[in-house]
Amino acid sequence: MHKHVVFNNRVLPYLLLAPQILVTLVFFFWPAGQAIYQSAYIPDPFGLSSQFVGFGNFEFLLRDRYYLASFKTTVVFSTLVTVVSMGAALWLAVMADRVIKGSSAYKTLLVWPYAVAPAVAGVLWLFMFNPNVGLVAWYLKAMGYNWNHVLNGDEAMGLVVVASAWRQISYNFLFFLAGLQAIPRSVIEAAAIDGASFARRFWTIVFPLLSPTTFFLLVVNVVYAFFETFGVIHTITGGGPQQATTILVYKVFSDGFVGQDLGSSAAQSVILLFVVGLLTVVQFRYIERKVHY
Amino acid sequence: MAYRKTLAGLVAATMLAGSTTASFAATEIQWWHAFTGRLADLLNEQVEKFNASQSDYVVVASHKGNYSEALNAGIAAFRAGEQPHILQVFEVGTATMMAAKGAIKPVYELMAEAGKPMDQSAYLASVAGYYTTTAGEMLSFPYNSSTPVLYVNSDALQAAGIAPDVDLTTWEKVGEVLDTLKAAGAACPLTTAWQSWVHLETLSAYHDAPFATKENGFAGTDTELTFNGPVQVAHIEAMGQWAKDGKFIYAGRRNESGARFRAGECALFTESSAGYAGVKAEAQFAFEIRPLPYWASVEAAPLNTIIGGASLWVMAGHKAEEYAGVAEFLNFLSSAEIQAKWHQDTGYLPITYAAFDTTKASGFYEANPGTDIAVIQMTGKAPTANSKGLRLGSFDQIRGIIDEELEAVWAGDKSAKDALDTAVERGNQLLRRFEQANR
Repeated sequence: MHKHVVFNNRVLPYLLLAPQILVTLVFFFWPAGQAIYQSAYIPDPFGLSSQFVGFGNFEFLLRDRYYLASFKTTVVFSTLVTVVSMGAALWLAVMADRVIKGSSAYKTLLVWPYAVAPAVAGVLWLFMFNPNVGLVAWYLKAMGYNWNHVLNGDEAMGLVVVASAWRQISYNFLFFLAGLQAIPRSVIEAAAIDGASFARRFWTIVFPLLSPTTFFLLVVNVVYAFFETFGVIHTITGGGPQQATTILVYKVFSDGFVGQDLGSSAAQSVILLFVVGLLTVVQFRYIERKVHY
Repeated sequence: MAYRKTLAGLVAATMLAGSTTASFAATEIQWWHAFTGRLADLLNEQVEKFNASQSDYVVVASHKGNYSEALNAGIAAFRAGEQPHILQVFEVGTATMMAAKGAIKPVYELMAEAGKPMDQSAYLASVAGYYTTTAGEMLSFPYNSSTPVLYVNSDALQAAGIAPDVDLTTWEKVGEVLDTLKAAGAACPLTTAWQSWVHLETLSAYHDAPFATKENGFAGTDTELTFNGPVQVAHIEAMGQWAKDGKFIYAGRRNESGARFRAGECALFTESSAGYAGVKAEAQFAFEIRPLPYWASVEAAPLNTIIGGASLWVMAGHKAEEYAGVAEFLNFLSSAEIQAKWHQDTGYLPITYAAFDTTKASGFYEANPGTDIAVIQMTGKAPTANSKGLRLGSFDQIRGIIDEELEAVWAGDKSAKDALDTAVERGNQLLRRFEQANR
């Protein structure tokens, strides 16, 4: 005698899963399969002929020191974007959580940047920092600093990081705020009565209790930095100067769509696929253990 | 791959939506181009004129983004079997198009089939040569071609106490003028647009120095870059020194510097002859056009400069009657009247000698001094193997590499020799891949 409801239809579960499976097959497995297939060839742009090269494309890439440098650039860029956007969002969320009067106005304003498309965000920041006509660049010059991200790789990196992180802060802010509001007031008040300072309450109670949110955002932000920042980089630096801001995804685009080298581009997608897979495994196996649910 | 097919599908859908407005009786000719603003207006004017002049064909011009994007749209459309009849491709994409034998219909063949054989001697040799095979067959139709010239802000020279008619024919003389300008406190003595095109590609041709082996790639895809020779290194070294001294101001890879020159901030500016319309419209100061300077120390100089711009490629896979319409349209575009107007309105070169003569006879050059300099630069001397142009695969990307390495020189990170050596090495890798893809 069991209490569970039993469905005897053997087809129904598959039918219910079908839409999701179909979407995954069409939008993930099929393109991924195509990319793997293409990565073994060097085709001409028009698809008129194709040379089988086996692992030749990978060999070419791994011997290209600019491709290897692009890994480093991606690591630096993703780390900075994630740290800056999550750090700033957490700080803003903690502050907004304490505000009593007019809090909804602050919250609304803080969420706005998320509505701005990456390419538009890029152009926005580009106008402010344009070495010729940018307002901020002009102020910096007035203060004696010669801003020129067109030639200076570090400045270019700083600019794309800020522009990418800025947009993501809103998203992170929403989740952090929701996470903060889910923490029982009584716990925090008890600590306050015991004389714990704000900083101490934050690090010993709030931050650990927020860890599921932080972990979720970490995964989302790393993926964002890897893939969705393309628009920002394309509009602000185009990967320059001297490839200082060419992250892996941008190189896939520039080799495939500017250089018409589809074989190399496909091989890069495959490598990227493995990198992201690896990263996700690491995050779930090692970092998730430290999360308190 | 899948993305490209979807993209092509969308492009095709847009095309169909657009075509419903056109007349159904006439055969439709699709023309994809990369022009915006005033150039697009002038292009549309040509199309309207053609459509009004006859009733058999209707040309439909569509803008497909910048040069790189238009080429991509054309390629994606070809893969989906939805290619336009005419595709505007920038000079940098020439080798890519030439290698795609099954995707294009050579213009000389098209015109011969339509009974309007091309008289190639009517076209400026150094323009047509860029799009002609070594066997003398013209593969695409030269549409908009320009060449770099020197723009001079006469007011800025005067402010620094320099006579406006100062000799600027050689880089040596320009160097002296830059010294004076800098000493007088000029913030931007010299700037440039399209650094690779002006200061490496054209420089090489102008001084009869090879840019690549195999006649700059004309004689085969097994070509190797050679722009790290003594002429080029010396020039980039001089420019690097000027950049360090604040005499050469770098503003960007394309024509970002144009805004600064037109605003009156810069004294000297190397830019395409097609920049003329913009400078004339916006400059609030007296300006002058001079021939591109050369190094007097190089004996072969000055030879001819080389072109930039775009040509029209006819895509394969269309019906014979449509090709007849394309031939009709190209014939219309190459008429002296249309070409002369195009040349005078835009600063692009007239592609035929007849258009040059028409313009000369109309008194345009007297009224607009300096507008004939580009033509004279292109036609003054017979082109050599080093100066008839470049035909290199993946050249859009190679230009990107050159831009990066030059930026390293302007920033003071690398010596001219180092930067050019690296650019050659990186560029050669891409040439080898191109060779492999088009074997």
